[in-house]
Amino acid sequence: MFKQLALLLAAGVLALSGCSEKSLTNVEYGNQNQVLYIANGDEPQALDPHITTGAPDFHVISSMFEGLTALNPKTLELEPGAAASWELSDDLMTYTFHMQPEGRWSNGDPVTAQDFVYSWQRAMSPELANQYAYMMYFIEGAEAFGQGETTDFSTVGVKALDDKTLQVKLTAPTPYFLQILDHHTYYPVHPATIEKFGGMTARVSKWTLPGNLVSNNAFKLKHWELNKVIEVVPNEYYWDADVVKLEGIHFYPISQQQVEERAFRSGQVHLTFTPQMAIEKIATYDQNEPELIHKDPGYSNYFYIFNTTREPFDDVRVRKALSYAIDRESLVKRVTKGGEVPAYHFVPPDPEGHQPKSYFTYDVEKAKALLAEAGFPNGEGFPAFDILYNTHDNHRKIALAIQQMWRTNLNIQANLTNQEWKVYLNTQQNKDYDVSRKAWIADYLDPSNFYDLLLSYGGNNDTGWKSAEYDALVEEAQHELDTTKRWALYEQANKILSDEMPIAPLYFMSDINLIRPNVKNWYGNVLQRHPYKTVYLENEAK
Amino acid sequence: MLKYILLRLLTAIPVLFFVVLMTFVLVRLAPGGPFDAERAVPAQVLENLNKRYHLDDPMPVQFGNYVWNLLQGDFGPSYKYPSRTVTELIATGLPTTIELGFYALCFAAFLGIISGVFAALKPNSWQDYSFMSVAMIGICLPSFVLGPLMILLFGIQFEWLPVSGWDVSPGDKVLPSITLGAAYAAYVARLTRGGMLEIMSQDYIRTARAKGVSRFNVVVHHALRGALMPVVAFAGPAAAGLLSGSFVVETIFQIPGLGRFYLQAAFNRDYTMILGTTIFFASLIIFFNFVADILQAWMNPKLRQSLGK
Repeated sequence: MFKQLALLLAAGVLALSGCSEKSLTNVEYGNQNQVLYIANGDEPQALDPHITTGAPDFHVISSMFEGLTALNPKTLELEPGAAASWELSDDLMTYTFHMQPEGRWSNGDPVTAQDFVYSWQRAMSPELANQYAYMMYFIEGAEAFGQGETTDFSTVGVKALDDKTLQVKLTAPTPYFLQILDHHTYYPVHPATIEKFGGMTARVSKWTLPGNLVSNNAFKLKHWELNKVIEVVPNEYYWDADVVKLEGIHFYPISQQQVEERAFRSGQVHLTFTPQMAIEKIATYDQNEPELIHKDPGYSNYFYIFNTTREPFDDVRVRKALSYAIDRESLVKRVTKGGEVPAYHFVPPDPEGHQPKSYFTYDVEKAKALLAEAGFPNGEGFPAFDILYNTHDNHRKIALAIQQMWRTNLNIQANLTNQEWKVYLNTQQNKDYDVSRKAWIADYLDPSNFYDLLLSYGGNNDTGWKSAEYDALVEEAQHELDTTKRWALYEQANKILSDEMPIAPLYFMSDINLIRPNVKNWYGNVLQRHPYKTVYLENEAK
Repeated sequence: MLKYILLRLLTAIPVLFFVVLMTFVLVRLAPGGPFDAERAVPAQVLENLNKRYHLDDPMPVQFGNYVWNLLQGDFGPSYKYPSRTVTELIATGLPTTIELGFYALCFAAFLGIISGVFAALKPNSWQDYSFMSVAMIGICLPSFVLGPLMILLFGIQFEWLPVSGWDVSPGDKVLPSITLGAAYAAYVARLTRGGMLEIMSQDYIRTARAKGVSRFNVVVHHALRGALMPVVAFAGPAAAGLLSGSFVVETIFQIPGLGRFYLQAAFNRDYTMILGTTIFFASLIIFFNFVADILQAWMNPKLRQSLGK
């Protein structure tokens, strides 16, 4: 009988060995056929540029849709997109865009100025409930239309002068408007397709499914299987199709860091695209395969917010003491390890513009003195409080480190509170916390991304902190066209944040990705913009 | 017997209704809504979204509408994936989950029955202890530990098998099926061993052996049918468990099955999707238990008679 069992086992082993006969991995196949395989984080919520909100969605959408302007992947300078050129009026409030003469949708239809008018009306329509509609409120009349105060779109400053000319009027001069046009909310959609599948404001629509979706960028949708893969192939009608070398891109929804790393290691993907890889893997790659790990500084920050409506965090001395007692150098060196930059001001340095000053540093003695001044000498009498963070190993490690720093430096006790993502958001928005972690990634290259966060009336200001002076400075800076004056205004706002400390900046984040060396024309940049049209795969020896 | 079947079918209705009601209430009680995001949704947009999905109606009205639509076979739209309905999402994920569950069940039955039989044939020997120790490890080792271990060994170390994906490369079904089926294989092994030991001590087996029937024939033709009774009883819940409990394995191996949709729906507060998948899985569990009961009655004349009375 045991002989029979042995035979069965042998058969099983043979069957398994049969599988071991090496067939091509995705990477090997991709290298031979110019197909790029990407681990893309979560499954995209939608491929509709006016509905989606997430980064994984953008990674796919940006391969298929193109706004009026585009960004150079190396320098982030403005480049022609669907518009070949543009002019700005003397009052700096009216833009005239000239469309690409050869701009076409993936079904061969020309991309017209009217398509943009239709698309932007759709993106602003309250019925569609686009969560990013507010990004369009720089345009004259857009806010009133978006808020439902009027249904007459002719009151909005967007007009097609002819098929190939689009005019856009702003409410005020906005220095970064051309940059924002590369945001997905400003992408065009194909009007006939939208109408065919339910109309302009139909949120539940089949227009984004394979076979239906019509796009205007270098790639078009071929296949979309939920939780499995999204495949795009070149759009032969694209105005700049000659530069496209890839024959396809496969986006895999892999949300778990460990699974993503394994998929990379086993040759299933050329690159990983989630913003942060598992901390414990970073050192291994640094040591053994440094050519594969890329740590690009991001235009983003990681910080702790204080609930300023609660005691004792309503006392600025307490907030400052807590912030000064954090050893940020140690945090990035020993905990996060991904090339992050310790932050002593809130807004990340803009590579070409605003360079905020630091008004404080790691200073335990000063922190102790401030705490004593606030009535807690040597931490005595300081109530135990909670550090809130959402479920993620990295957040837990950071919170543990800071808990230890506060205990050691200030003799105060912080407890860790871990909550599931939606619960955490809810708790934070209801201001039912003491200290909470938060991070922000910029949509475009301008400090307003960050300063806007702490406006008294800002929807994302969960600190409860309010300053009329700060609001006035930020509002003025938003419309100031003289760059020197603008940075000076922001610097004043930066000083207020350091004086008031409603948040404790911790570090400026890095995007840490694994990328195979044969992926060419893929450049790290602070906005993580990677136009795929010039990317290609070089055959590698191994 | 027919009366018994009808009764079982009728009792399923209030059970399912209770499941719908409880799930509906519980998901609404959970903090965080389907449209909560890191970037605060403007109040006006949130209002429009709630209006579009009728989330601004009073709760009893929402429940009434949901049940009414459900009776017409409409699970509603997914909040997370605006281009798909819940029915479409279930239809998308289900074939993969069934396929995975089927392979896992085959693996569990094959390995479990063979191991159980061999262990029972040499009770209290080193072979028996070895098989049962492995079975105990199989029961104790959760899939979130076994899966990564197998990936490290067979995927990364030996490079025999792919580490993730489904229908993307040859052999990608082997590791997930084994991971999912391992615990069930262990249960089947223990149940088979127990059943075999009991049957092998029966008089008719002794008679068959005394008459010179070969050992193989005694085991396969005389003992196995009776010995597998507990396994059959276990098969129903096992099948339901394999289909509804595959979300961990689906997540580890990036398998686009229904379990993964279920898990994501809970994290996304995709109310209609949570309800849809819960109702679906509850129906599956009820159905498989029902089938197992019928099969047991069919295989066991005593039970059939008692039900007839």
